[in-house]
Amino acid sequence: MSDRAPVPLLALRGIGKSFYGVRVLDGVDLDVAPGEVHAVVGENGAGKSTLMKIVSGGYVPDGGTIEFAGRSCVFGGPRDAQRAGIGIIHQEFNLLPERTVAENVYLGHEPKRRGLVDRRQMLSRTRDLLATIGETTLPADAVVGRLGVAQQQVVEIAKALALDARLLIMDEPTAALADHEVELLYGLVRRLQQQGIGLLYVSHRLTEVFDLSDRITVLKDGRRVQTMPTTEATAEDLVRQMVGRELSSYYPDRAAPEDIGAVRLAVRGGGNRKLRDIDLDLRAGEVLGIGGLQGSGRSALARALFGVEPFTTGLVTIDGKPTRLRSPRAATRAGIAYVTEDRKGEGIVARQSVLDNALLASRAVFPVRSGRAARTVRVRELLATVEVRAAGDDQEIRFLSGGNQQKVVLARWLALDPLILLFDEPTRGIDVGAKSAIHDLVRQLARAGAAVLMISSELPELLGMSDRMLVMRDGRVAGELPAGSTEEDVVALAVGTVSEAAA
Amino acid sequence: MSLLSLRAARRPVPGVFVALAITLAVGWLIVMIDGGQLFNQSTTVSLLHVAAGLGLVAVGQTLVILGGSLDLSVAYVISLSTLVAAETMNGSDGALLPAIGLALTVSAAVGLLNGLLVTRLRINAFIATLGVGLLLKGYLDNGYDGPAGTTSPTLVQTLGYQRIGPVPLSFLLLVAVTAACWFALARTRFGHHLVAVGGDPEVARLSGVRNDRVLVVAHMLCSLCAGLTGIYLASRLGSGAPRVGTEGLYDLESIAAVVIGGTALAGGRGGVVGTLGGVLLLASIDAIFNQLEVDAFFKQVIRGAIIIAAVAVYARRAMRKAAV
Amino acid sequence: MQLVKRRPLPPQLARVRSGGLLPLLAILVVLLVLITVRQPDFLAPASLMSFLGRSAPLILLAAGQYFVIVSGEFDLSVGSLVTAQVVVAARLIDSDPSRTWPVVLVLLAGGLAVGLVNGLITTRLRVPSFITTLGMFLILVGAVYLWSNGAPKGGLSEEFRRFGRRAFEDVPLLGRMPYALVILLILATLAVLLMRSDFGRVLVAVGDNPRTAELSGVRVHRTRTIAFMLSGLAAAVAAILIGGYSGVSFQAGAGLEFGAITAVVLGGVALGGGRGSIVGAMLGALTLELLFTLMNFYGVSGALRPTVQGAIILFAVAVSTRRSTSR
Repeated sequence: MSDRAPVPLLALRGIGKSFYGVRVLDGVDLDVAPGEVHAVVGENGAGKSTLMKIVSGGYVPDGGTIEFAGRSCVFGGPRDAQRAGIGIIHQEFNLLPERTVAENVYLGHEPKRRGLVDRRQMLSRTRDLLATIGETTLPADAVVGRLGVAQQQVVEIAKALALDARLLIMDEPTAALADHEVELLYGLVRRLQQQGIGLLYVSHRLTEVFDLSDRITVLKDGRRVQTMPTTEATAEDLVRQMVGRELSSYYPDRAAPEDIGAVRLAVRGGGNRKLRDIDLDLRAGEVLGIGGLQGSGRSALARALFGVEPFTTGLVTIDGKPTRLRSPRAATRAGIAYVTEDRKGEGIVARQSVLDNALLASRAVFPVRSGRAARTVRVRELLATVEVRAAGDDQEIRFLSGGNQQKVVLARWLALDPLILLFDEPTRGIDVGAKSAIHDLVRQLARAGAAVLMISSELPELLGMSDRMLVMRDGRVAGELPAGSTEEDVVALAVGTVSEAAA
Repeated sequence: MSLLSLRAARRPVPGVFVALAITLAVGWLIVMIDGGQLFNQSTTVSLLHVAAGLGLVAVGQTLVILGGSLDLSVAYVISLSTLVAAETMNGSDGALLPAIGLALTVSAAVGLLNGLLVTRLRINAFIATLGVGLLLKGYLDNGYDGPAGTTSPTLVQTLGYQRIGPVPLSFLLLVAVTAACWFALARTRFGHHLVAVGGDPEVARLSGVRNDRVLVVAHMLCSLCAGLTGIYLASRLGSGAPRVGTEGLYDLESIAAVVIGGTALAGGRGGVVGTLGGVLLLASIDAIFNQLEVDAFFKQVIRGAIIIAAVAVYARRAMRKAAV
Repeated sequence: MQLVKRRPLPPQLARVRSGGLLPLLAILVVLLVLITVRQPDFLAPASLMSFLGRSAPLILLAAGQYFVIVSGEFDLSVGSLVTAQVVVAARLIDSDPSRTWPVVLVLLAGGLAVGLVNGLITTRLRVPSFITTLGMFLILVGAVYLWSNGAPKGGLSEEFRRFGRRAFEDVPLLGRMPYALVILLILATLAVLLMRSDFGRVLVAVGDNPRTAELSGVRVHRTRTIAFMLSGLAAAVAAILIGGYSGVSFQAGAGLEFGAITAVVLGGVALGGGRGSIVGAMLGALTLELLFTLMNFYGVSGALRPTVQGAIILFAVAVSTRRSTSR
């Protein structure tokens, strides 16, 4: 499969991009040949999505050139890229759930006959398109909202092909798919390849990368580390190149064994729609890291513990007492705090002041616990302790940097003196300086006796922070690892199959 | 999931028609027990007349709501249209066509204004159309104390009172307008794009739809429908009536008929056929209560309750679907 | 590790933050000047006091509507609620002075109850509040006509009517001080305090981002329901004042819901929730009343009021939308 055409379909040379003075991409070169599957791998924050957005017209690069089908291109927006023949399939689909497959595929360029939409032709062309990618069971007049995720993805691909896409970008295409659906996607990718369509394939999952790609490019910290034929790559190499940040980067000291106290939170046989057979002990004074790939149930675990999507089976105890965590409010009252992964969507109240954001949980849950003035003084102190940098505490929080917003969210919970803290990707989208500040805070909380559960998809962070780790896979706990485990250990548990193949 | 189930629900009988059938059946029974007759000539005719007036404006309202917008100015457009039509005709048949043309042009211009306020100035549709409605209200209140102008006799005889069997001409007009709108939604690019804009403006934009233009056209069509209602009402009343739109609560009732007909208030889902069902349901309840000689005000109480209940049922269904 | 420099706020942001009410205050001042030019007596204590007293109902309704709008919902039922309350009061009191206070209590409880129902239907049954309160509007209008067989019955007692039409006489400096104004000042103060309390801050948070609020332990449904109840309560008080001032009529509350929403939007409160202050909403109502007064003084026909109101509202909202999107 690695016979490469002499003229690449897409050629990127020296692509660079900065946001607010932070260099996100730096001199990246990349080629895709017709009919080639070129995988792009890297950690969160390595610059993969930025690169994909540049190729698909979402961002304009600061430097470098894009050549597509032999011509140099400047894309002013997604539609320019579409017209040139570049389609992108996002993690969240751009489809109208209330409309049919054909209506979605041809939205914006419906076939016409005598001025009217030619439904018959639209249906038959959609059927043809679906057939060319080997999808014959999907009716062109089915309502998209009733389709499974994998089928919706097929629709999304058909929509891109209807615009005569010659290069398709797939951004984490399997993130939302179940295992058997991944097989379907494999077949689809191969058929696209046979038609000479070039694919840029972004994924966390190394299994897929090895199964599907002809070449692999590894990105780290906005630079290209290496591009190699897949046949010459090994899982160990890739993981090392992806996450091989010098572990010397600073993390606070771990807890000494005598600092770790009794079991604070225990789960036995916990399960719900996304989780099965969860057993877990979380002790006072420790940081328990939760690893695993996207969709492995990491976030679902935190959300179950916080009562967002509660456990439907099993038993939860706090300090030995059985507790039902049916809502975020109940969990808050039980002494649990939750710093969410989606800071913008569910962490901050964007147009309210820093102080209002920091006081939100206190006001909602314990309105009369202490005097109002005393409480405000205390929260102001907390904001100072976590070193929020803002023009003032009456500044709207949306004008703060991600790191400072996260500190405000943290202060909101610290005001309640929680016994148990759940962190979901606490440093995502935060600059390096603020990151280590957050790390220090997490450790200080544990040292002060809190039980901390921390989800992270950044292996160095997970390894550097955790006193102990649980790695999740397919909604279960795949295994436990002690402090001092290696990145390979975590990857092995998280991906399962790759470790066997590579070992 | 079988292929059949994917498609079977594609064009379900809107729930509103089931409700309509049950209402008519139960109403027929109760009226009979009461010693009356629900489906005699005069009740049927008046039912269809009520439906024609509300229906024309509700079908137009459906278009803007499908596109994720809303029009609170229709009641005033209706009143304005009756006046423009009746005053231009001034009792003679000679000016019939110019009068209709002028009334519709004025209406469309109001729709254009609504559309531009919503798209260009990005004013919330609720406020924009409320504001335009107030502008018109001031003009009407200031210029008119009571009926003005005289509708041409031909129009009164035809659109106003002519019928084929028990079916008034005006109801046939409603059916024709509904069919035209249904056709536009199903078979024109405009229709496809309108539903897309209402469903997800961002998806529509990324697919190359010109959202603003689509919404402006929808607003113009909505106002045109309101203008048509005005012409119809002028033909019934014999003159222009400056307060007929507001007194008939055509703004709120048209929105109610649309949502009872299964169109989502947020846009992107529904259609004019359901709206026709919603209109017929409201008109039937009217007719049944008239037959039972129930207090007119009780009707309104029931109406309010039905609107809330219908939307609650739709919301419940949507929730169940989301849970699957 | 790089040092993150604090960038000073861009000037237009700073201006928006500090001066959310400035444009409105500017309009208010202009209107006042225009009125005084025509009618220099207007600013004399007596006429000013009675103007404020007359404006009390709309200001209260705007405050009530503010609670609902800032939490992300709508209340279209307040106008019909005012009508219903006035008609009900007349029938229950039936000109019997001894029934005044019990009926006042009944009205207040009724306002709360209607708000409760609005809130429960909107939050529990997930019916958009536009539809819920529209249905409630139809129900209330129908019910009140039904109950009184098409014509208002009974009559208000003088004791009841004094809230809306009498005043404390011989107040130092101010002269006459209408009861309505006193009631307004008390309730407005309470409302401002409420918005500064935990409940008020949480309410705004709910309108801004209900997900975050929920995940911070806020009972979103309950909070929104209380907002509807406050709006119902405001309508009840407004009904008492309107009944006193203008007497019993089926038109007592006609159009007030749109008037209140207009006032709130004029006061810089965003439909959709999470933005704007209650002081702005009440000043918006005052601006609207001032505008009507101005039109009276300049001999603009009362019939043209809506046109001016419509033009002002479109202008004000267009300007504020432009400013917020040009960021």
